[in-house]
Amino acid sequence: MKSGILAGILLATMTAAAALAQSGAPIKLANVAELSGGGATVGTNWKNGIDLAIEEVNAKGGVLGRKLEVTHADSQSNPGVARAQVQKALDGEPYVLLGPGYSGSVKVTAPLAAEAGIAQIMGGEAAELTQGGNKFLFRTSFGQQSSMPKVAKYINDEVKAKSVAIVWVNNDFGRGGRDVITKEFAKLGIKVAADLSTEAGQADFAADVSKIKAAAPDAVFIYLNEEESARILKELKRQGVTVPLIGETTLVGQKVVELAGDAANGARGHVGLTTDAPVDLIKAFREKFSKKYNYVPDHNGLKGYLAIYMIKATTEKMGKVDSKAFADNLHGLTIKAASEPGILMDATFDKNGDIDRQGFLVEIVDGKQIIKQVLPKLN
Amino acid sequence: MLDLLIAGLATGAIYAIVAVGFTLLWQTSQTINFAQGEFVMLPAFLMLAAMHVGAPFWLAIVIGMLLSLLLLGLGFKMLLVDPMLRHGVLPLAIATMALAIGIKEAVKQFFSAEASPFPSIVPAGDISILGRQVALQSVGVLALAIAAVVGLTMLLNRTSIGHQMQATAQNPTVARIIGIPVERMILMTFLINAFLVALASLLITPIYLAKFSSGEVLGQAAFIAAIVGGFNQVRGAIAGGLLIGVVDNLAAAYVSTQYRAAVPMVLLILIILLRPQGLLGRAEERTV
Repeated sequence: MKSGILAGILLATMTAAAALAQSGAPIKLANVAELSGGGATVGTNWKNGIDLAIEEVNAKGGVLGRKLEVTHADSQSNPGVARAQVQKALDGEPYVLLGPGYSGSVKVTAPLAAEAGIAQIMGGEAAELTQGGNKFLFRTSFGQQSSMPKVAKYINDEVKAKSVAIVWVNNDFGRGGRDVITKEFAKLGIKVAADLSTEAGQADFAADVSKIKAAAPDAVFIYLNEEESARILKELKRQGVTVPLIGETTLVGQKVVELAGDAANGARGHVGLTTDAPVDLIKAFREKFSKKYNYVPDHNGLKGYLAIYMIKATTEKMGKVDSKAFADNLHGLTIKAASEPGILMDATFDKNGDIDRQGFLVEIVDGKQIIKQVLPKLN
Repeated sequence: MLDLLIAGLATGAIYAIVAVGFTLLWQTSQTINFAQGEFVMLPAFLMLAAMHVGAPFWLAIVIGMLLSLLLLGLGFKMLLVDPMLRHGVLPLAIATMALAIGIKEAVKQFFSAEASPFPSIVPAGDISILGRQVALQSVGVLALAIAAVVGLTMLLNRTSIGHQMQATAQNPTVARIIGIPVERMILMTFLINAFLVALASLLITPIYLAKFSSGEVLGQAAFIAAIVGGFNQVRGAIAGGLLIGVVDNLAAAYVSTQYRAAVPMVLLILIILLRPQGLLGRAEERTV
């Protein structure tokens, strides 16, 4: 009898302890990003944004009373390595998978996360990523199918260019953007004066710029990653190209300004996210980030930060930590900055995992991003 | 076309400087330095580090140069080449490959995997050549590189030290017999190589940006340049460097950006097949 009571007490204690451990255990997240290689700028900003947001969330008591915990793995900007790292991360059964930032790496890792039934919040912008019916993939920024039409319209309406040289990086990201913008140019009757593919990590752009000069376009559309953007801007300046230089986020990011110096002045681009946005919450983010890491973040820092608040808002809406139900709940969700300041701007996620939010048109003036236009949220 | 040619010559001149160092090491101590590209990458980071602790640019250049002489000249010879060379040329070549990885990873670890901007010693702006606007940077790089190469050639051909170095390169045994301090001459070539890579670093980094991986392309280009020009001749390395720079730029413009890296390789294969001693090299016979 006595032993029965003892056993009962023991069992009850163990169950209680297990329940306590369950509710108090940290929520595990896994991040796989470009921490070295060509995408190091992207991955490092993304990682720092994540760390900053997690620190804030945990300081305020975590999500549903549980702390967030993240592991970081380096994809070396290589899709093959990214795939191996994501497989390893998924084996650890994270609540949500974060990253990668490069579209090529997202493309090869998304099937793994979908198969495991784990939501993947990533930084890739290639149009095709969310068009394959993957129910677990979410963007933190605009896909090319939403940003390129805006850029093409700007080149047509505001710059009034009749012929444009396109310089793109020969990877999934670059090819995706080039394909979408070429179609948009065709619709608007804009001639493609030169169609130049370049390599990721390319150091020397003298030949490409010579070709641009020979084609004499009204404007140049540049769609490269940050480091290569900086190198081509320097070369364009060196060879005295003076026509408008227009691109997307990767042409007018902070890192590009830092690397290209004076040569970045005058570059214009459509930016879904910018730390120079005239939005108070973003200004506050920029200040916190700069204080912690000693440099001004680019949009990838914002993306990493937002990813964590997407997880927080979705989980709090569900009222439970359930990795299987996470993706369903984030589809169709509108997160308002008024109720979740960490999301920084109102954002809606559609059934494909694409994001709708306001955007900006910026120009680099004296080494600073100046917002020229605010493009409103579509829905 | 003129732009392309000047840009190609400017890049080629930097390849030439690196390739000359390559051939010097080979001639005096049978060292095939596969870390030569990383040797070009590192001085820029040493200069950046000096600037980071508050040194002005000119002082950072001086510090970077001195540290290069110390690490990439003296240190490289004493800590890696001397102990390895007695085991043969191949183990040493493999050791330099390991060194290349070591330098790259160390820079990634201590500095950053991200690219950093690097100031240019040549001011921005254009000058007019033959009625065309040409970037001052390209011309400046070309001029400095030519000055370095001319200086080096004069040192080798016109001075007593230069003659002693050449004698050491041609036949160390005889050189020793006639009283040339062979060891010192060999060290001298290592120091010259260290100076050349630091200079190349100073010239190329403003264009390529300071990045741990930027030595890969340079090392390969310099290696090809050295073989194409003639591995045992300084003037061969210079010609090879200039040629590779120009060919690379023209290939990118007129063939395709994707295949640009392959064109110098094709050139390399042709040279190996048709003129194995290189464009300006002399045939060398070795007892096996």
